[in-house]
Amino acid sequence: MSTTAIPTNTKWWNGGRSPFNASYGKVMMWYFLMSDAFTFGAFLISYGTLRFSQNHWVDPNHVFNSFPFAGHADLPLAFVSIMTFILIISSVTMVMAVHKGHQMDQKGVEKYMLWTIVGGAAFLGCQAWEWTHLLTGEHAVLVNGQIEHWNTTVSHNPFGPEVMFNGQEVATPGPIAFGSYFFEITGFHGFHVLSGVVINIIMYIKTKMGHFQQRGHYEMIEKAGLYWHFVDLVWVFVFLCFYLI
Amino acid sequence: MSEHHQVLSSPEITFAAPHKDDAVKRFMIVTIVLSVITLIELGFGFGLAKHWFGHNSGLILFIKGVICILSLAKAYYIVSVFMHLGDEVRNLIMTIVVPLCLFIWFITAFLWDGNSWKNLRNTNAGSRPAQTEQTVPAAKESGTKE
Repeated sequence: MSTTAIPTNTKWWNGGRSPFNASYGKVMMWYFLMSDAFTFGAFLISYGTLRFSQNHWVDPNHVFNSFPFAGHADLPLAFVSIMTFILIISSVTMVMAVHKGHQMDQKGVEKYMLWTIVGGAAFLGCQAWEWTHLLTGEHAVLVNGQIEHWNTTVSHNPFGPEVMFNGQEVATPGPIAFGSYFFEITGFHGFHVLSGVVINIIMYIKTKMGHFQQRGHYEMIEKAGLYWHFVDLVWVFVFLCFYLI
Repeated sequence: MSEHHQVLSSPEITFAAPHKDDAVKRFMIVTIVLSVITLIELGFGFGLAKHWFGHNSGLILFIKGVICILSLAKAYYIVSVFMHLGDEVRNLIMTIVVPLCLFIWFITAFLWDGNSWKNLRNTNAGSRPAQTEQTVPAAKESGTKE
């Protein structure tokens, strides 16, 4: 970390200047992100509390082991790894867009914003596939002495503890809180990704129209970048809580 | 080459942040670091999935702890380099980092609570010893509720 060189004898708190040497918009974006971080933190920690309070929980490697076009192949963590890398790369292109903004390079900003939008849209597509797969998938579950085929929703969870039935292992219903938490948290995050993509599209259009070049600075891109990196950061922790541990 | 002199974005800014010449190189290094950390996490996660660490719950908990620390490292790199918080004035950094320390209490307290809840349920509020783990729930159960 580099320490920003501060001119000596500057009275930072006497008014007339930002005491953090940053514009109001940027500081407020940071504080909004803090509030959002606590919101997501609350959701994830309540998920952890509930999970710790249960004797049996879903094994994520049995629920999330599918991959598009791979049929019934058992590939735990494969699809979600792709999603994570997509978001990381879109964060890198966003960083490059901000960097080009510092250099007042309009074409550079356009190029990298476009790639960031593509990355965000790709992530949303992947999440939509994951949701569709869970909501329409069928998993054998033993209910009242009969085998039924359940999808995974906010009211049905076919991934409970396994028992022997007619010589085979079959699942029994699992805690329904799993579906609620999964769809709610990934949905809330996905909503942030969607709004981030919309904001990035607006930023791209404004860049292309030369608004920032005319203004003399690309700080708006920086602020959109802060939001986008936050979205990536939240995904790191959602991915951690639901898929890894 | 690149134009570094630009209009300050707001009259409240006293000085422009000093520009680094090796910025792109830094970003690429951090990208590689993030990718490597992610691969290590995925490796551990995969190992947990395939039971490479056996059923030793102590070792499994340690591996999960390592994965959490790795995620925190990723968070540090993203916030400090990609979001440029590391380049900001120190007081601004503190107004972000210090409140986030509330999370240390938040996570510890609530996971402790969850664990206590489980113990209370298993022992019927301490009135009997917990049953040993049996995976034979009654067939008429329609799902565990809290």
